[in-house]
Amino acid sequence: MIEAIGLTKRYGNTVAVDNLSFTVAPGRVTGFLGPNGAGKSTTMRMILGLDRPSSGKVLIDGKPYGSLDRPLRTVGALLDAKWVHPNRSAKAHLQWLAKTNGLPSRRVDEVLDLVGLTKVAKRRAGGFSLGMSQRLGIAGALLGDPKVLLFDEPVNGLDPEGILWIRQFMQGLAAEGRTVLVSSHLLSEMALTATDLVVIGRGRLISQSSTTEFVERSTENTVRVRSPHADKLGALLVDKGFTVREDTDTSLTVSGATSDQIGDIAASAGVVLHELSPQRGSLEEAFMQLTGDSVEYHAAETGK
Amino acid sequence: MTLLAVERIKLFTTRSPWWCMLLALFLTIGLTAVIAANWNNAPMPVLGAVYTHTFGLYVIMVMAALAVTTEYRFGTIKATFLAVPDRVSPLIAKAVVVALLAGLVGEAVGFGSWAASWLLADDNSQLALTTANDWRHVAGVGLVYAAGAVLALGVGALVRQTAGAVSIVLVFALVLESVVGLIPNIGDDIQKWMPFTVASKFIFGDPDASGMPDGAGPPVVGELSPWGSFGYFAAISLAVFIISLVVVKKRDA
Repeated sequence: MIEAIGLTKRYGNTVAVDNLSFTVAPGRVTGFLGPNGAGKSTTMRMILGLDRPSSGKVLIDGKPYGSLDRPLRTVGALLDAKWVHPNRSAKAHLQWLAKTNGLPSRRVDEVLDLVGLTKVAKRRAGGFSLGMSQRLGIAGALLGDPKVLLFDEPVNGLDPEGILWIRQFMQGLAAEGRTVLVSSHLLSEMALTATDLVVIGRGRLISQSSTTEFVERSTENTVRVRSPHADKLGALLVDKGFTVREDTDTSLTVSGATSDQIGDIAASAGVVLHELSPQRGSLEEAFMQLTGDSVEYHAAETGK
Repeated sequence: MTLLAVERIKLFTTRSPWWCMLLALFLTIGLTAVIAANWNNAPMPVLGAVYTHTFGLYVIMVMAALAVTTEYRFGTIKATFLAVPDRVSPLIAKAVVVALLAGLVGEAVGFGSWAASWLLADDNSQLALTTANDWRHVAGVGLVYAAGAVLALGVGALVRQTAGAVSIVLVFALVLESVVGLIPNIGDDIQKWMPFTVASKFIFGDPDASGMPDGAGPPVVGELSPWGSFGYFAAISLAVFIISLVVVKKRDA
């Protein structure tokens, strides 16, 4: 169980994580979702005591990370698979890590076997492919047989086989009753992996719910509207409290309103409609919609 | 104790410490051998046998700086802090391991150079280690290496980058300490208190009269006794290391 309470991290004037509160329950995979730069990694580093929160706190089974005794036995983390000295063998890397927390060297062989690296255990880790590095990182996270596991973007850059392996592996860990938190910027990936979702944008919590709930809630209620007076209609809809996205000069995407409501509003204002169609958007669109204004670096819009 | 074992594994499962140690031994003993083989016309003094120890000191300090900067470079320091969140104890363990190793290399350098001189010098009548001062000239090298390693480790932990840490250590020791002497009026007074200058007083200072090579000039200047000089150098090293501990503890990893 991970519990973040009012977690905040400031770098000078930039707020990377802003008053973030959420909980991660055991026995399921929780996706930690947000666009790049949303503060996922910073949050994970704060959970693990690597970065100091500017305010707020985060607890693992009721304790801050720093006061866990031999923490690898409670928490396993894979933040970056490249955190290995390239000239050290995979086995030597795990051996020093095991030794720090008084874990037997037998355990090193076990985790190497678990991730399928036994054959290359003596090879220098610098020569590993990304997939192998990722497996070595996971082996390191599993060393202490921890109850809580954190993975930061574990499938980034992996081939489909590697992605599938990690996905099933994480689900297996959760099925054993462990707490598993996985960050990603890809909703489609999280929809397949995670049961629960914590969604953040610009360091703020956008939603915490089950994945099904999130997908349903966010993919419904979008309506595409085309009208020569789109700007006028857009303003009216905003006044009514709906969210309006201007796609072009003559078309809008409205969320939170049914097509009936929009039609009524348009009629009463005498706005001509060329199209009024309810959309069932893709997951990615839904995600964009929720986090759209919280992406830190927008690509310049084209075609305007 | 386990953390000492951890740092030992870390140090010896990469190649750079081995290269640094070999280089330190080769540079010092090799150069001393050349000097000794060409020392004619006069008996070779004990001081002559350890003149080259400073080359090894720089190499060992590079090794010590690397021991921590490579951890930052490759992110293993974060893995270490995840495993031992108090951060201070693994760094102390690292300092102990690196200082012990540096000390051993220093003894090997001191006695190796002395042995090479004994074997190769035409006249080794003055080389026998008879007085406490003689022993300090030779065995003291290990102590200076150990303290220097702690200093370099502290600098490495502060700046976190190999290039930065190595330049700071080498530029300070090789350039700054001599250039400072060029400042008019006060230069000499400042130089007397520069850490590496003081450390060399511990090795070279107060030789027995017979130990002075001909034409070597006056012995190294300094306000402190040889052992006081070592205490001064060790205190500076320890201070830098402790500052680095405080900074590492506070800083985001």
